[in-house]
Amino acid sequence: MMVMFVSALTIFVLAVFVGFEVITKVPPTLHTPLMSGSNAISGITLIGALISAGTEQRDLATWLGFVAVVFATINVVGGFLVTHRMLEMFRKRG
Amino acid sequence: MHEAIVNISYLVAAVLFIFGLKGLSHPRTAVRGNLLGALGMLLAVVVTLLWQGIVRYELIIAGLVIGAGIGAILAVKIAMTAMPQLVAMFNGFGGGASVLVAGAALLEAVLIAESAPEIGEAQVLPLQLLVATVASGIIGAVTFWGSFVAFGKLQGVISEKSVVFGGQQAINAVLFAVAVLLGVLVVWNPEATYVYWILVVVASVLGILLVIPIGGADMPVVIALLNSYSGLAAAATGFVLSNNVLIIAGSLVGASGLILTRIMCRAMNRSLTNVLFGVMAPSEAGPSADQVYGGKVKSASAEEIAMVLESARRVVIVPGYGMAVAQAQHAVRDLTSLLENRGTEVEFGIHPVAGRMPGHMNVLLAEADISYEKLKELDDVNPTFAQTDVAIIIGANDVVNPVARTDPHSPIAGMPILEVDKAKTVVVIKRSLSPGFAGIPNPLFTADNTLMFFNDGQKAIRELIAAVKEL
Repeated sequence: MMVMFVSALTIFVLAVFVGFEVITKVPPTLHTPLMSGSNAISGITLIGALISAGTEQRDLATWLGFVAVVFATINVVGGFLVTHRMLEMFRKRG
Repeated sequence: MHEAIVNISYLVAAVLFIFGLKGLSHPRTAVRGNLLGALGMLLAVVVTLLWQGIVRYELIIAGLVIGAGIGAILAVKIAMTAMPQLVAMFNGFGGGASVLVAGAALLEAVLIAESAPEIGEAQVLPLQLLVATVASGIIGAVTFWGSFVAFGKLQGVISEKSVVFGGQQAINAVLFAVAVLLGVLVVWNPEATYVYWILVVVASVLGILLVIPIGGADMPVVIALLNSYSGLAAAATGFVLSNNVLIIAGSLVGASGLILTRIMCRAMNRSLTNVLFGVMAPSEAGPSADQVYGGKVKSASAEEIAMVLESARRVVIVPGYGMAVAQAQHAVRDLTSLLENRGTEVEFGIHPVAGRMPGHMNVLLAEADISYEKLKELDDVNPTFAQTDVAIIIGANDVVNPVARTDPHSPIAGMPILEVDKAKTVVVIKRSLSPGFAGIPNPLFTADNTLMFFNDGQKAIRELIAAVKEL
């Protein structure tokens, strides 16, 4: 159990460092698309929501999963789309 | 075998997220970057649907269709000026999803532990799952409700003003302590799953109370911070499910939000604690508006300003939240092209906290087809003001207030400002002499080289355009 936790923690810490490295290089002019785009990525919780909503039995957990699927999909689809819309505006006058 | 395919696909998705964010380091590569991120998400979803033991699809399809529909409509219909509240709302949904997924995982884990044949004395749920569930619940609920309060403030549904009452911080501290205590109870006795939902309610109240005292101009900090929280909530959910792609994606977003939060705080020369808990109030000792302005403000007409612009070789436009409110970005673009066609160099000075979210002004100007190469950051544009003939300030106030340099007791002391007062002529477009967020008068308005143009932002620019054309 402990081993699993430590390896998860390792991944977490390393990913935070990667995040800092990558995101420090984003210019201020793109900070709004960065927020909406990274926000869409945080909608990755959708994966967990799908697993909860797709179980055989129908119980409270399934319905929680269903609502979570709706929430996370709004986050993911809306986030990537609106980011795309903004970035297209930046690109056309490059 | 399936497990290996799933995990490798998740790894590929995580790598795509990283490349996606890396693409955002330049406007030219940014569109592709965002698409890579979306591709990563699609891959992760498809793999999950196929090989993660999902047996019933009706609810999932319904959820995906409803969510995608709402998300797409919001994303396509939203006006660029309303981007801050949209991002706040999306943040909130992400946090809410984390709360629900962690709750569902807890219910299922308890169910499995109860139905499994007794191996030893008691079925013990993994500590990691329980602690992470508590973290997801607290962070997610704070994110959800905090984001919706921020949304309400930005949308004007609730007052944008800072709502402060006595003992606020004490109440917050107590709520946080209660949430942690309930968290310990969840870990101690997970079978009582209702405790988790009480914890979520307490954290929800905390989320509301944390954002209510934040006033309008501090919104960029709070939105960036909530962005970070939504990532951390997703990472915590990753620990609940022992799912690496959630952990990686969540921590990337968490890091991103933290960086933006730090940039915003620095741009105001305030600590995060001060933004979150401090009260922005004009110091008693500061001069009153009458003392500063009394009979010294020079108001000018569009014609007079047009004459100044006629001979200008270099113009710097400084936009603030007022430009967004007046929807003046297209008019500003027209004025820019007009001046450029007459041989004037035009650039924009963008303060990091101008507007209501990081990069807000840049998005509005990009929408109006103004090249990002003309948008200059604080450090790049400040040295050029001495060679600037006209600085036009539209809807900005505190970020150009020279008091930040001169008065160490002012609430904005030490805040890096755009040094427009060094330009030969300063034109300030503003409806009235009302103070900015910091609540202090701005001596820039009375400077010898300042002309005030009292008008709505958009109308003012249109009148300027007409006046310049008539020259």
